[in-house]
Amino acid sequence: MAVRACRLLSQGLQSPLLLRAVNTATTASPQVSRDRRREVDGASLQSLFALAGGVIPWFAVAAALFAAASMTVGLVFAPTDVQQGEARRIVFVHLPAAWISLLIFFAMALCAVLGLLLGRRMASMLATALAPTGALMGFVALWTGAMWARPVLGSWWGQSGLAFELLLLLLLYFAFIAQQAAATEDPRRADRNGALIVLAGAVNLPIFHFALQWWSTFEQGQLDGLMRLTVSAGSLDLACVLLMVLAACAYSVAAALHRFRSIVLEREKASDWVRHQVGAA
Amino acid sequence: MHWASLTDFAEMGGHALYVWGAYLVLFGALAWELVLLLHRRRRALDDARQHALLFGPDPDSAQNVPNR
Repeated sequence: MAVRACRLLSQGLQSPLLLRAVNTATTASPQVSRDRRREVDGASLQSLFALAGGVIPWFAVAAALFAAASMTVGLVFAPTDVQQGEARRIVFVHLPAAWISLLIFFAMALCAVLGLLLGRRMASMLATALAPTGALMGFVALWTGAMWARPVLGSWWGQSGLAFELLLLLLLYFAFIAQQAAATEDPRRADRNGALIVLAGAVNLPIFHFALQWWSTFEQGQLDGLMRLTVSAGSLDLACVLLMVLAACAYSVAAALHRFRSIVLEREKASDWVRHQVGAA
Repeated sequence: MHWASLTDFAEMGGHALYVWGAYLVLFGALAWELVLLLHRRRRALDDARQHALLFGPDPDSAQNVPNR
Protein backbone atom coordinates (compact mmCIF):
# COMPACT_ATOMS: atom_id res chain seq x y z
CA MET A 1 0.00 0.00 0.00
CA ALA A 2 2.68 2.45 1.06
CA VAL A 3 4.81 1.38 -1.87
CA ARG A 4 1.91 1.93 -4.26
CA ALA A 5 1.28 5.38 -2.85
CA CYS A 6 4.94 6.21 -3.43
CA ARG A 7 4.79 4.94 -7.01
CA LEU A 8 1.84 7.25 -7.60
CA LEU A 9 3.74 10.10 -6.03
CA SER A 10 6.78 9.47 -8.17
CA GLN A 11 4.61 9.22 -11.28
CA GLY A 12 3.07 12.54 -10.40
CA LEU A 13 6.53 14.05 -10.25
CA GLN A 14 7.29 12.87 -13.75
CA SER A 15 5.46 15.69 -15.43
CA PRO A 16 6.68 15.99 -19.05
CA LEU A 17 7.92 19.53 -18.62
CA LEU A 18 10.03 18.79 -15.56
CA LEU A 19 11.35 15.59 -17.09
CA ARG A 20 12.39 17.33 -20.27
CA ALA A 21 14.19 20.04 -18.31
CA VAL A 22 16.01 17.46 -16.21
CA ASN A 23 16.82 15.30 -19.20
CA THR A 24 18.38 18.12 -21.17
CA ALA A 25 20.38 19.05 -18.10
CA THR A 26 21.72 15.54 -17.60
CA THR A 27 22.03 14.07 -21.08
CA ALA A 28 22.65 16.94 -23.43
CA SER A 29 26.35 16.20 -23.88
CA PRO A 30 27.55 13.69 -26.48
CA GLN A 31 28.11 10.01 -25.76
CA VAL A 32 31.89 10.23 -25.49
CA SER A 33 31.92 12.83 -22.80
CA ARG A 34 29.21 10.92 -20.92
CA ASP A 35 31.40 7.83 -20.82
CA ARG A 36 34.33 9.90 -19.72
CA ARG A 37 32.21 11.52 -17.04
CA ARG A 38 31.08 8.12 -15.80
CA GLU A 39 34.70 7.04 -15.53
CA VAL A 40 35.65 10.13 -13.51
CA ASP A 41 32.53 9.58 -11.41
CA GLY A 42 33.56 6.01 -10.65
CA ALA A 43 37.03 7.13 -9.64
CA SER A 44 35.67 9.79 -7.29
CA LEU A 45 33.25 7.25 -5.78
CA GLN A 46 36.14 4.94 -5.11
CA SER A 47 38.25 7.62 -3.45
CA LEU A 48 35.40 8.90 -1.27
CA PHE A 49 34.60 5.29 -0.32
CA ALA A 50 38.17 4.84 0.93
CA LEU A 51 38.33 8.27 2.58
CA ALA A 52 35.02 7.68 4.39
CA GLY A 53 36.28 4.38 5.76
CA GLY A 54 39.21 6.22 7.32
CA VAL A 55 37.38 9.19 8.86
CA ILE A 56 34.19 7.57 10.21
CA PRO A 57 35.77 6.44 13.53
CA TRP A 58 37.15 9.93 14.16
CA PHE A 59 33.79 11.59 13.63
CA ALA A 60 32.10 8.97 15.82
CA VAL A 61 34.56 9.54 18.68
CA ALA A 62 34.22 13.33 18.32
CA ALA A 63 30.43 13.01 18.45
CA ALA A 64 30.56 10.91 21.62
CA LEU A 65 32.96 13.33 23.35
CA PHE A 66 31.00 16.46 22.43
CA ALA A 67 27.70 14.84 23.46
CA ALA A 68 29.15 13.70 26.79
CA ALA A 69 30.51 17.19 27.47
CA SER A 70 27.23 18.86 26.51
CA MET A 71 25.12 16.52 28.63
CA THR A 72 27.40 16.91 31.63
CA VAL A 73 26.98 20.67 31.42
CA GLY A 74 23.26 20.55 30.59
CA LEU A 75 22.11 17.91 33.04
CA VAL A 76 24.53 18.30 35.94
CA PHE A 77 25.82 21.88 36.07
CA ALA A 78 23.23 24.14 34.41
CA PRO A 79 21.01 25.93 36.95
CA THR A 80 17.23 25.50 37.09
CA ASP A 81 15.34 27.92 34.88
CA VAL A 82 13.11 30.33 36.78
CA GLN A 83 10.14 29.98 34.41
CA GLN A 84 10.56 26.51 32.95
CA GLY A 85 12.07 24.55 35.81
CA GLU A 86 14.03 21.45 34.96
CA ALA A 87 12.14 21.03 31.67
CA ARG A 88 14.54 23.65 30.35
CA ARG A 89 17.12 20.87 30.06
CA ILE A 90 15.10 19.36 27.20
CA VAL A 91 15.76 22.47 25.10
CA PHE A 92 19.46 21.58 25.14
CA VAL A 93 18.78 18.56 22.93
CA HIS A 94 15.69 19.87 21.15
CA LEU A 95 17.33 22.88 19.53
CA PRO A 96 20.39 21.00 18.17
CA ALA A 97 18.18 18.22 16.80
CA ALA A 98 15.89 20.71 15.05
CA TRP A 99 18.78 22.72 13.61
CA ILE A 100 20.70 19.71 12.40
CA SER A 101 17.59 18.27 10.80
CA LEU A 102 17.13 21.48 8.81
CA LEU A 103 20.85 21.67 8.03
CA ILE A 104 20.85 18.12 6.67
CA PHE A 105 17.84 18.93 4.52
CA PHE A 106 19.60 21.88 2.92
CA ALA A 107 22.78 19.83 2.50
CA MET A 108 20.62 17.28 0.65
CA ALA A 109 19.21 20.05 -1.52
CA LEU A 110 22.74 21.14 -2.41
CA CYS A 111 23.70 17.56 -3.26
CA ALA A 112 20.51 17.18 -5.29
CA VAL A 113 21.28 20.28 -7.36
CA LEU A 114 24.81 19.05 -8.02
CA GLY A 115 23.49 15.59 -8.87
CA LEU A 116 20.92 17.01 -11.30
CA LEU A 117 23.07 19.58 -13.00
CA LEU A 118 26.37 17.72 -13.21
CA GLY A 119 24.93 14.22 -13.49
CA ARG A 120 27.22 13.16 -10.67
CA ARG A 121 26.09 9.94 -9.03
CA MET A 122 28.20 10.68 -5.97
CA ALA A 123 26.15 13.76 -5.08
CA SER A 124 22.87 11.85 -5.37
CA MET A 125 24.22 8.99 -3.29
CA LEU A 126 25.29 11.43 -0.59
CA ALA A 127 21.79 12.92 -0.55
CA THR A 128 20.33 9.43 -0.20
CA ALA A 129 22.77 8.63 2.58
CA LEU A 130 21.88 11.80 4.50
CA ALA A 131 18.10 11.38 4.39
CA PRO A 132 17.48 8.77 7.13
CA THR A 133 19.74 10.60 9.60
CA GLY A 134 17.94 13.86 8.86
CA ALA A 135 14.57 12.19 9.33
CA LEU A 136 15.73 10.70 12.63
CA MET A 137 16.86 14.12 13.87
CA GLY A 138 13.54 15.60 12.76
CA PHE A 139 11.67 12.96 14.72
CA VAL A 140 13.82 13.53 17.82
CA ALA A 141 13.20 17.28 17.51
CA LEU A 142 9.41 16.79 17.33
CA TRP A 143 9.43 14.38 20.25
CA THR A 144 11.62 16.48 22.51
CA GLY A 145 9.59 19.53 21.49
CA ALA A 146 6.44 17.81 22.75
CA MET A 147 8.20 16.72 25.94
CA TRP A 148 9.19 20.33 26.57
CA ALA A 149 5.87 21.90 25.60
CA ARG A 150 3.72 19.72 27.88
CA PRO A 151 5.10 20.89 31.24
CA VAL A 152 6.00 24.42 30.11
CA LEU A 153 3.07 25.43 27.89
CA GLY A 154 0.49 22.89 29.00
CA SER A 155 0.01 21.18 25.64
CA TRP A 156 1.99 18.54 23.76
CA TRP A 157 1.83 20.33 20.46
CA GLY A 158 2.87 23.77 21.67
CA GLN A 159 1.09 26.81 20.30
CA SER A 160 3.36 27.74 17.52
CA GLY A 161 3.94 27.12 13.85
CA LEU A 162 7.36 25.72 14.68
CA ALA A 163 5.90 22.29 15.35
CA PHE A 164 4.11 22.40 12.00
CA GLU A 165 7.36 23.31 10.31
CA LEU A 166 9.12 20.35 11.89
CA LEU A 167 6.27 18.08 10.87
CA LEU A 168 6.42 19.34 7.30
CA LEU A 169 10.16 18.75 7.26
CA LEU A 170 9.67 15.21 8.56
CA LEU A 171 7.03 14.51 5.89
CA LEU A 172 9.42 15.74 3.19
CA TYR A 173 12.06 13.35 4.51
CA PHE A 174 9.53 10.50 4.45
CA ALA A 175 8.52 11.34 0.88
CA PHE A 176 12.17 11.28 -0.20
CA ILE A 177 12.97 8.01 1.56
CA ALA A 178 9.76 6.29 0.46
CA GLN A 179 10.19 7.10 -3.21
CA GLN A 180 13.77 5.87 -3.07
CA ALA A 181 12.53 2.62 -1.55
CA ALA A 182 9.83 2.32 -4.22
CA ALA A 183 12.21 2.78 -7.17
CA THR A 184 15.06 0.43 -6.27
CA GLU A 185 15.10 -1.06 -9.77
CA ASP A 186 16.03 2.29 -11.29
CA PRO A 187 18.36 4.24 -8.95
CA ARG A 188 18.92 7.06 -11.43
CA ARG A 189 15.20 7.77 -11.64
CA ALA A 190 14.96 7.57 -7.86
CA ASP A 191 17.79 10.11 -7.61
CA ARG A 192 16.03 12.46 -10.01
CA ASN A 193 12.64 12.21 -8.30
CA GLY A 194 14.30 12.57 -4.91
CA ALA A 195 16.12 15.67 -6.07
CA LEU A 196 12.81 17.22 -7.17
CA ILE A 197 11.23 16.50 -3.77
CA VAL A 198 14.16 18.02 -1.89
CA LEU A 199 14.27 21.06 -4.14
CA ALA A 200 10.55 21.64 -3.77
CA GLY A 201 11.02 21.41 -0.02
CA ALA A 202 14.05 23.66 0.06
CA VAL A 203 12.07 26.35 -1.77
CA ASN A 204 8.92 25.90 0.29
CA LEU A 205 10.30 25.60 3.82
CA PRO A 206 11.58 29.19 4.03
CA ILE A 207 8.33 30.49 2.52
CA PHE A 208 6.33 28.49 5.07
CA HIS A 209 8.56 29.74 7.88
CA PHE A 210 8.23 33.42 7.03
CA ALA A 211 4.54 33.13 6.24
CA LEU A 212 4.00 31.75 9.73
CA GLN A 213 6.08 34.49 11.28
CA TRP A 214 4.28 37.30 9.51
CA TRP A 215 0.70 36.12 9.55
CA SER A 216 0.56 33.84 12.51
CA THR A 217 -2.20 34.38 15.04
CA PHE A 218 -0.43 32.10 17.52
CA GLU A 219 1.48 33.48 20.45
CA GLN A 220 4.67 33.12 18.54
CA GLY A 221 6.55 35.85 20.35
CA GLN A 222 5.95 34.35 23.75
CA LEU A 223 7.14 30.91 22.66
CA ASP A 224 10.19 32.24 20.88
CA GLY A 225 11.11 34.05 24.07
CA LEU A 226 10.88 30.86 26.10
CA MET A 227 12.98 28.85 23.68
CA ARG A 228 15.57 31.55 23.29
CA LEU A 229 19.03 30.91 24.67
CA THR A 230 20.35 33.16 27.38
CA VAL A 231 23.56 34.57 26.05
CA SER A 232 25.36 36.25 28.91
CA ALA A 233 28.48 35.81 30.98
CA GLY A 234 28.15 32.77 33.21
CA SER A 235 25.20 31.35 31.28
CA LEU A 236 25.72 27.71 30.37
CA ASP A 237 22.87 27.62 27.81
CA LEU A 238 24.89 28.56 24.80
CA ALA A 239 27.92 26.39 25.61
CA CYS A 240 25.67 23.40 26.15
CA VAL A 241 23.73 23.84 22.92
CA LEU A 242 26.80 24.58 20.83
CA LEU A 243 28.56 21.46 22.13
CA MET A 244 25.49 19.40 21.25
CA VAL A 245 25.33 20.97 17.78
CA LEU A 246 28.96 19.94 17.22
CA ALA A 247 28.13 16.43 18.45
CA ALA A 248 25.11 16.23 16.13
CA CYS A 249 27.17 17.43 13.16
CA ALA A 250 29.93 14.89 13.81
CA TYR A 251 27.38 12.12 14.34
CA SER A 252 25.51 12.97 11.15
CA VAL A 253 28.71 12.97 9.10
CA ALA A 254 29.73 9.59 10.53
CA ALA A 255 26.29 8.02 10.01
CA ALA A 256 25.84 9.43 6.50
CA LEU A 257 29.30 8.34 5.38
CA HIS A 258 28.70 4.87 6.79
CA ARG A 259 25.44 4.65 4.86
CA PHE A 260 27.13 6.11 1.78
CA ARG A 261 29.61 3.21 1.81
CA SER A 262 26.77 0.68 1.89
CA ILE A 263 25.00 2.48 -0.96
CA VAL A 264 28.18 2.44 -3.06
CA LEU A 265 28.53 -1.30 -2.47
CA GLU A 266 24.88 -1.84 -3.41
CA ARG A 267 24.96 0.18 -6.61
CA GLU A 268 28.50 -0.45 -7.82
CA LYS A 269 28.82 -4.14 -7.07
CA ALA A 270 29.34 -4.84 -10.79
CA SER A 271 32.36 -2.53 -11.04
CA ASP A 272 35.89 -3.89 -11.07
CA TRP A 273 37.07 -2.04 -8.01
CA VAL A 274 34.18 -3.16 -5.79
CA ARG A 275 34.76 -6.78 -6.84
CA HIS A 276 38.41 -6.29 -6.00
CA GLN A 277 37.49 -4.68 -2.69
CA VAL A 278 35.11 -7.37 -1.46
CA GLY A 279 37.30 -10.13 -2.85
CA ALA A 280 40.29 -8.82 -0.88
CA ALA A 281 38.30 -8.37 2.32
CA MET B 1 27.33 20.84 40.81
CA HIS B 2 23.67 21.83 40.71
CA TRP B 3 22.12 18.82 42.48
CA ALA B 4 22.06 18.08 46.18
CA SER B 5 21.60 14.32 45.81
CA LEU B 6 21.21 11.58 43.24
CA THR B 7 17.48 11.29 43.99
CA ASP B 8 17.15 14.98 43.30
CA PHE B 9 18.83 14.44 39.97
CA ALA B 10 16.57 11.52 39.08
CA GLU B 11 13.39 13.41 40.01
CA MET B 12 14.27 16.47 37.92
CA GLY B 13 12.13 18.75 40.03
CA GLY B 14 8.98 16.74 39.24
CA HIS B 15 9.63 16.76 35.48
CA ALA B 16 11.42 13.39 35.42
CA LEU B 17 8.93 11.88 32.95
CA TYR B 18 9.50 14.64 30.41
CA VAL B 19 13.24 15.14 30.78
CA TRP B 20 14.14 11.46 30.86
CA GLY B 21 11.47 10.69 28.28
CA ALA B 22 13.19 13.11 25.90
CA TYR B 23 16.70 11.77 26.51
CA LEU B 24 15.61 8.12 26.43
CA VAL B 25 13.93 8.50 23.04
CA LEU B 26 16.96 10.37 21.72
CA PHE B 27 19.28 7.52 22.62
CA GLY B 28 16.78 4.88 21.55
CA ALA B 29 16.59 6.52 18.13
CA LEU B 30 20.38 6.67 17.84
CA ALA B 31 20.73 3.01 18.83
CA TRP B 32 18.09 2.05 16.30
CA GLU B 33 19.92 3.88 13.54
CA LEU B 34 23.16 2.17 14.52
CA VAL B 35 21.49 -1.23 14.19
CA LEU B 36 20.04 -0.28 10.79
CA LEU B 37 23.42 1.00 9.57
CA LEU B 38 25.28 -2.17 10.55
CA HIS B 39 22.54 -4.36 9.12
CA ARG B 40 22.63 -2.51 5.81
CA ARG B 41 26.40 -2.78 5.51
CA ARG B 42 26.28 -6.51 6.31
CA ARG B 43 23.69 -7.05 3.59
CA ALA B 44 25.50 -4.87 1.04
CA LEU B 45 28.79 -6.69 1.64
CA ASP B 46 27.17 -10.12 1.37
CA ASP B 47 25.41 -9.05 -1.83
CA ALA B 48 28.59 -7.70 -3.39
CA ARG B 49 30.52 -10.88 -2.49
CA GLN B 50 27.77 -13.03 -3.98
CA HIS B 51 27.87 -10.94 -7.13
CA ALA B 52 31.66 -11.31 -7.39
CA LEU B 53 31.32 -15.09 -6.98
CA LEU B 54 28.56 -15.41 -9.58
CA PHE B 55 29.89 -13.11 -12.26
CA GLY B 56 33.53 -14.00 -12.28
CA PRO B 57 36.43 -13.25 -10.04
CA ASP B 58 38.18 -10.00 -9.51
CA PRO B 59 39.70 -8.93 -12.86
CA ASP B 60 43.19 -8.48 -11.42
CA SER B 61 43.44 -12.08 -10.27
CA ALA B 62 43.09 -13.32 -13.88
CA GLN B 63 46.41 -11.69 -14.68
CA ASN B 64 48.07 -12.95 -11.55
CA VAL B 65 47.29 -16.60 -12.15
CA PRO B 66 49.36 -18.09 -15.01
CA ASN B 67 47.98 -20.66 -17.52
CA ARG B 68 44.42 -19.69 -17.01
